[in-house]
Amino acid sequence: MELILFYLRKLFTIFKNEVIVLPSRVVVVLFFLFVLLLPVFTKDQYILRIFTLTGIFAILAASWDLLSGYTGQLNFGHALFFGVGAYGAALLNLHLHIPPWGSIPLGALCAVLAGLIIGIPCLRLKGTYLALTTLAFPIILIGLVFAFSSFTGGELGISGISKLTQARITDYYVVSVLLLGLGAIMWKITDSNIGIIFHAIREDEVAVRASGVNTTRYKLLAFCLSGFFAGIAGGLYAHFMRIAGPSTLEVSLSFQVVIWAIFGGIVTIYGPIGAVFLLFPLLELVSFWQEYRTLTFAFMVLLILLYMPDGLFRWLRDRIEKECPRCKVRNVATRNTCRVCTAPLD
Amino acid sequence: MNLTIDIIISGLINGSTYALLAIGFSLIFGVARIVNIAHTAFYMLAAYCIYVVTQKMGLNSVWAMLAAIVLVTLLGMITYKFLINPIREHESAVLIATIALAIIFQEILLNVFTGTYLSVPALIDGYFTILGVKVFYQQLLTFCAALLIMGLLWALLGKTRMGLAIRSTAQDREVANLMGINEARVAMMTMGISVGLAALTGAVVVPLTIVEPHMWLSPLIMMMAVVVLGGLGSLKGSFIGAYILGFAEALVVFLAPMGAFLKGSVALTVMILVLLLRPEGLFGVYFEEER
Repeated sequence: MELILFYLRKLFTIFKNEVIVLPSRVVVVLFFLFVLLLPVFTKDQYILRIFTLTGIFAILAASWDLLSGYTGQLNFGHALFFGVGAYGAALLNLHLHIPPWGSIPLGALCAVLAGLIIGIPCLRLKGTYLALTTLAFPIILIGLVFAFSSFTGGELGISGISKLTQARITDYYVVSVLLLGLGAIMWKITDSNIGIIFHAIREDEVAVRASGVNTTRYKLLAFCLSGFFAGIAGGLYAHFMRIAGPSTLEVSLSFQVVIWAIFGGIVTIYGPIGAVFLLFPLLELVSFWQEYRTLTFAFMVLLILLYMPDGLFRWLRDRIEKECPRCKVRNVATRNTCRVCTAPLD
Repeated sequence: MNLTIDIIISGLINGSTYALLAIGFSLIFGVARIVNIAHTAFYMLAAYCIYVVTQKMGLNSVWAMLAAIVLVTLLGMITYKFLINPIREHESAVLIATIALAIIFQEILLNVFTGTYLSVPALIDGYFTILGVKVFYQQLLTFCAALLIMGLLWALLGKTRMGLAIRSTAQDREVANLMGINEARVAMMTMGISVGLAALTGAVVVPLTIVEPHMWLSPLIMMMAVVVLGGLGSLKGSFIGAYILGFAEALVVFLAPMGAFLKGSVALTVMILVLLLRPEGLFGVYFEEER
């Protein structure tokens, strides 16, 4: 009893002193609450379906950020991981009758394998070469899918795979809990020592190598981690939609992921997730102007880029928070002195 | 024998198209480090422009080509000035901006013309036969025009002062600026030339293809493969890479079973194999890392 009270008090102290003081942390807490409590407010099947898909794509966009944002290895073929995850899960489920809780991680492992296969040749390339080469891999795979249509279902894809869960509301909870969990894991990875090396590789790879770090190994690790998370998203998508088709490998999906991530702000993890939660439901739920939807979307992205090239959420965060010049701790923009070291804020 | 000639003709036509597109793409990358994903969207705009002028307004094809080239080039320069130039320092932002631009063009065309497949009549009708294989005059014309354009471009870059300015900016932006070259204007001019090339390609190729709002995607991928294969920023590399991939595609289409599905895959696999041996492409030089 004492122990529980102690932990409760500790939790309360953390909440009071670390969460409430920064608006961005409050927003994160509110976001968690929103995602977890959404089905309490609405039981509408359509809205739940849209938010389930949003969650799946948010995992995908965050995994792109983990690879391309942090290590700077621009990957323009992220649909490859998604598609391999989806096809892997679907084939395992259909032929070996593995239930979703087994086929999704195994599909994700297939995506890791794909990450290794493309990672090893691609790591010799840099910058734009890498971006344009990675674009090629999903297209090669799509050609193979069409050519061996007896095995992969060709244009129609693989259908008849088992449901993720029996009801839509449990589907939603599986996806959103995974989103919050995997998002937290990704954020934790980028905050660890590995994450610091990722940052350093993006900023100056030669210097990192000069300090005795095997950068190739770390870049390969980034490919595998990102492939794993994207593969999970792909497997979830396949089981949720109950179809794994060539649309999971399309160029437009790869582009879409990049747009989401850069719209929200790269090198943040929360940016891409926020961007998907902002853009995807907006585009689906807005029913007027159906035929101009993509057009307005593209225009919006263009305008955001012109005025805030670092991404929307970075820009917003810089508006409501200031960094202390002395101790680098973030503060609310309304404060005049730093909350930790009391240095005056400009 | 017939098959061989078919393959040669198809390879030459594909190769010339890719070469024209890739050279324009490579040029603007070399000079301004802009990866212009919307490059083939300008090609598509030129094709639609020709469709409108010849089919809707009933004018001659030559006028249509002129109008297409001038209008699209102007549009390209305007978008460069107002959309790309302000965010040029953020490499990833430029990528997204050009993707968004291409999607905007696609959506506008989709709304105006709907998704129906359109076609444009050939500039010259008729055909002649070599060893029993029909060769349409339009195919011959496309090939000759491509060679002519490449020759002109070579002369422009190699023999004029403007070409010298473009080449020196591509080699080193800062030093070129110190030598008194107006770097911003050179970048603007290069964008004009690059988009103009895309428009020209559209103009000469359009009678051989189907005009529809998604026609920018497949040449985009092949063009990028060509540019990476030949080496980014290298015009000679783009030229040779284009014919390699053009012939690879033609060979697969005519010889392999289910070739139409696999043509992209095989061409891109060729690209990846070459990159494994030479990471900087066939003729590319690694740019000094800009730190």
